[in-house]
This record gives sequence, C-alpha cells and structure tokens, in this order.
Amino acid sequence: MGMPLREHPAARPSPPAPAGPAARRARGGPRLRARLVRAGFVAPVVVYVLAFFAYPLARNVVLSFQDYGIESVYTGDAPFNGLANYARVLHDAVFRTAAANTVVFVVASLLFQFVIGLALAVFFQGSFPLGGLLRSLLLVPWLLPLVVSGTVFRWMLDTGNGVVNQVLLAAHVIGAPVPWLNSVDTAMIGVLLCNVWIGVPFNMVILYGGLRSIPRGLYEAAELDGAGALRRFRHITLPLLRPVITVVLTLGLIYTIKVFDVIWVLTKGGPANATQTVTTYAYQLSFGGLSEFGAGAAAGNVLIVVAMVFAFLYLRSLRSETP
Amino acid sequence: MTNGPGRPRARMAAGAAALVISPFLLGACGGTPAETATASGTGPVTLTAMDYYNTEPALSALPKLLDTCGAQAGVKIERQVVPDLRTKLLQLAGGHAIPDLVLLDNPDLQQLAATGALADLGAAGLKTDGFYDNIVAAGRYEGRLYGLAPGVNALALFYDKKLFASAGLKPPTTWDELKAAATKLTDGTKRHGLGFAVPATEEGSFQFEAFFLSAGADLATLNSPEAVSALGLLSDLVTSGAAPKDVLSWTQANVEEQFANGGLAMMVNGPWQIPQLVKAGVTGFGIVPMPVPEAGGTPSSPLGGEVWAAGNNGPKAVKAAAVIKCLTSTENSLTWSKLTNYVPSGKEAAARLGASDPRMKTFVDLIAGAKGRTAELGAKYPAYSQALWTAVQSALSGQNPPKAALDAAQRQAAG
Repeated sequence: MGMPLREHPAARPSPPAPAGPAARRARGGPRLRARLVRAGFVAPVVVYVLAFFAYPLARNVVLSFQDYGIESVYTGDAPFNGLANYARVLHDAVFRTAAANTVVFVVASLLFQFVIGLALAVFFQGSFPLGGLLRSLLLVPWLLPLVVSGTVFRWMLDTGNGVVNQVLLAAHVIGAPVPWLNSVDTAMIGVLLCNVWIGVPFNMVILYGGLRSIPRGLYEAAELDGAGALRRFRHITLPLLRPVITVVLTLGLIYTIKVFDVIWVLTKGGPANATQTVTTYAYQLSFGGLSEFGAGAAAGNVLIVVAMVFAFLYLRSLRSETP
Repeated sequence: MTNGPGRPRARMAAGAAALVISPFLLGACGGTPAETATASGTGPVTLTAMDYYNTEPALSALPKLLDTCGAQAGVKIERQVVPDLRTKLLQLAGGHAIPDLVLLDNPDLQQLAATGALADLGAAGLKTDGFYDNIVAAGRYEGRLYGLAPGVNALALFYDKKLFASAGLKPPTTWDELKAAATKLTDGTKRHGLGFAVPATEEGSFQFEAFFLSAGADLATLNSPEAVSALGLLSDLVTSGAAPKDVLSWTQANVEEQFANGGLAMMVNGPWQIPQLVKAGVTGFGIVPMPVPEAGGTPSSPLGGEVWAAGNNGPKAVKAAAVIKCLTSTENSLTWSKLTNYVPSGKEAAARLGASDPRMKTFVDLIAGAKGRTAELGAKYPAYSQALWTAVQSALSGQNPPKAALDAAQRQAAG
C-alpha cells in the first residue's frame, strides 16, 4: 500500500519550489505526511495484533510459570514456580488420556474429512442437473453454529430415542441400541461423526477449487494416451493438487486440534474422560471449578506449541512452492 | 427455570475464547459493574447486583424484590443479569470490581470467598437466627458467614402415580424396593424404570450425591463402603437396563423431559422442575424422599440453590448486608421460593410453604437432612466433585467397577 506512494511521481510536488526554509518544509511535509499515512494504515493492525494476540499469548506464557490459584485472582499474588505447572500437567493421568484422545480425534477427523471431501469434490467435477444446488447445500454444515450442530447430533445419537439407533435397528444392522455417547468405547466415534460432518464442506470447497484449476487439456491428453480414470487421478490430479492438499490438511489440523464446542456440547469430555481432549481439559483446569489457572495455561501452551509447529511447516511449504 | 447446581450451558459459552486468556486480562477489558455511589449527601447510595436468572418469572420478579429491599435499606440497586456468572465474577475479582450484591450458585461461594473478594456478612451485621443450620453452614467459609440463601432446593424421587397403581406398587423407600420397582416398570427401550442425570459436570456430582448422602457416605471420603454401595446401586440399575445408559449425558432438564414424555417411570429431580411438568400437562406424579439402603435410614440430598453474597467493598457491604437481611426475611424468601419453586431457608417461612403446598411438603421435610456440598470441604469441593463425577461415569460406562473407580477418585481428589 505504501509502495506506490513512494514510487509514484504524482506524489511529489510538481512545480519547482522556491528556495528557502519554507521550501524545505514544503518538500519535507508531503514526504512526512506520506510516511504518516503509511504508518496510519499499518497502525490498526499492529495495535490489534499486540492487544488481542501478542498480549494474551505472552500473558498465558507467563501464567503457565506461576502458581495461579483461586486466591491469586483477587490479590494478584502468584509466585513463580518454574516448570511445576508443566510437570503437574505432564504427570497427570487425565492429561495423558486427553493427549492420546487429542491425537486420535485429530488424525481420524482429518483422515475422514479429507477423504470424504476429496471424493465429493471429484464427484462434483462432473456436470449434472442440480449439481450446483447440491454443492451449495453441502455447505450448510459449515454455516451452522457449532453449538447447533452439536445439539442436533446429541439428539440424533441418543441411545433410546435417537434417530441413528432407530434407523440402524430398523435396518437390522444392530441388534440392540448403541450407547453412542454413553460408552467409553463408542463416545469418541460419536464425537468424530459430528466433527467429520462439520469439516467435510471445508475440505470439499477448497479441494473443488483446486481441482478446477487443473488444466482440462492434461486429462484429455492422458486420455488419448490411454490412461484410465485411476491413473489420471494418481498421476495428474494428486500431484497437481498437492499444494492445495497441504493447505487443507494444515488448516484442518489447526482447526481440529482446538475444537472445543463440539465436544463440550456432546459429552463434556465424558464418559469418564473418554472424549476429554487437551482443549477441554485445559478449560476444566482453569474454569471448570478447579481454578488451577497456571496448570490450565500450561496445558493450553502445549497445544499452542503443537499448532505453531504445524503452522511453521505450512508456511515453509508455501515458500518452497512459490518460484 | 435454571437447573439447581452448576450451569454447564452458561459456562460453555465463554469456554473456547477464554481458554488461553488469563482471567486477569478479561478482568481488565470486561466491563466493570456500573460505577458506584453518588457521593453521600447528594442522593441515595447505589449498589450493583448480579445474578444469572435470565428466564421468567424470576427475570422480572427479582428486580421488584431488589427495589423493595433497596428502599427498605435506603439504597438504589442496579441489577445486571450475567449468564456465565462464575467466570464473570472471577474476572471482576481480578479487577477488584466485584458487585456489591451477588446471587450465585452455592458450591461456587467458598471459592469466591477464598479469593477475598467477598465481605464477611456476620461482621456487616447479618444475623442467622431462625435459619436451618445446614443452610447457614453452606454459606460459611473458614468460620465466617459469606453468603445466605433466600431459598434452597434438594433432590427427591418423582414417580408416575398411574404406572405405580396399575402395577400394584407403592413408591419405594429402600434400595431393594427401588430396584424392584424400576425393573418391573421398565418396558424394553420404550420406558425405563428410573432416570437421573450424571453428566461430566457438577450436575452429575449433585445428582449422584443424593444417593451417596442417603447411603450415609461422607464427601471427604469418596471411597467409603457406603459410597461404593451407592455407586453399586446405580451401576446395577444401568447394567440391568432399568435405568438408561443415556443418564451419562443427560442433564436434569433432559431427565424431566423424558419423565414428562412417559419415557421414565421414576426420576431423581428437584422442585424447580414442577412448573415444567405442570406446563407439559403432567399432573399425575408423586414425590417421595430419596430411598435409603435399608428401612429406617435417613434420606438425604445435597443442598442446591443460590446464595446472596456481598462484595468486599468497604462501607457498602454494610448496606448490602441490610439488603440481604431483607431479601431473606420470612415474607421475601417466601415470595422468592414460590417464584423459583424452592424451599425458604428460614424455618418459619419453610413451614408456611409446606402447609400451603402439598407438592413442596416433601422437599420442605427434606431440607433439615440435606447437606451443603461445601460445608466440610470448603474451597476444595470442586476438586472432589470432579473426581466424583469421573468415578460415576467410569463405573456406569463399565470402565471400572465401583470400588476401583471411587478409589481412583479419592486418590485424585486428595492427591
């Protein structure tokens, strides 16, 4: 935004200015103003990032090295305790369960969201009646507030009255109702069903866009050379889609690792921590009644570090893509 | 209306956003309660008040009560409704901007008192003569009085009179009778004998504690034989199908809906559900105290409901204590209790309610034997509660037998 101002001749005063101090001011004025204008454009972003990103992040890091309990809230006294919060969190059996659950949740979510999203994107490549309408309808899960989706899934997955069990029972797929959200064995599947459903549209839209940018001619040429559909997909679609796939997976990972609403609405991390993730556990440590704000911050920071590593890898992959 | 203990719905909202942000920061930019009194002499002192009653009839009835009591104490009261009150109060405590009057869920009181943000009501001149001792105890922290409830609630057993009559059953008073009735009244997946709510929240602990305390267990020892027997009872009921597996994710409101729809023959619930049942057209229900392990035992329940507390705001706390005195007076606590379907915390008002409302009579009788969740554990209660609801979920989902689950809970809570 600032660059054209500097380069553009129109930004300079056109008539030759008279000599003297007044002239210097006249020449310096616009330049200073241009610089101020430039700074003015940047300032809101800088202020925003500092106030709403850098400060909370820094505060959270500091907090994770403090013994910040319920008493500290009012008095503000929170002695530094080194790595005690991290040690407490890492030695906590619930945190370990939560960490393992988070890995399962993220990997399974990404895998199914991606595969289904890609399949749908390929499917919608073909043109058929109402294709556009269907494609827009598939976006609905993305538009719904997560709390709404979560609540609907909670009803659908109800053991006794849920539509999922009713349908499966009627189709004789299962012999007895499955306690989707109420058994330690199936609760994660229930939560995943909801999260995958929510995430598919995002994957589909981005991958669909990526597919559209692959030149049609390549497919025609390959077809002429006798390549079947599978070979065309493996040797044209996948390699050319790679940058888009990287974007989808990295962003998906960053979104998924911090999912809170879905789990909170469906199971609150239950039953017996079967769907507890690092995010929900960090919330419970801080705000769920325990008021261990230091430990909660430490758990949150573990997540931030993981997300940052992947964000960094993503940015690097972007740089290597650009010529 | 609101559910008795913890308010998961409200807490959820602030969750994700607040996750990595310290309460300190939020305290700094979250609005402070409307500022302060006009200087003395130029007008009446203004007190700020906060509560989470965002549904009718309490939503509009509470300001009227506050106006009446404010006038009596010679102050003006500005009321603010905050759904996620606990988190908000912690934030405000961080900024030393705690409101002058707060109506908060009773298990949260001790933690807030532990911060030093609340005023000692005893020192501010509030007397507790005529109140139930256990209710007063629920408002104490380290020997000082920090809160007083205008009304309280407890849990009891609701049953479908018609179903019981046609099966030739009497409402159960012991665990054996409860099991027998629940099994007999279960009809495949169409209807379960008994429903309760043990989700992974404070609400789950609250409901389990009705069985736990009626068994004679003590909250400081989560793995006592009495506690194991109580969890064993629920585990048997769920395993046999007399209670649905869904109890692990139901809230108390869900339990009420299921009971109203005929999906349950009995439910464990509180008096605040009565208007909901009546609104749904359900009138053929009876209410009896929680069954006990063996005949002759004493039914018990955790105490539910909100307490009035005053912010530690110097001279204003004295005014606030005067307002609380008025809010908890016989007449006003009776008015409040009728609105919320609670039991007044004063013995005289409670007796008057029991005499005029037969449905509330069961709950009035239960109050003296009910126990404050924080009375013994104080600010440590939340840690015990979290361990307890995890143990209940672990046992009812078949992950661990009751004894092992409660042993783990005791280690987690005390460790």
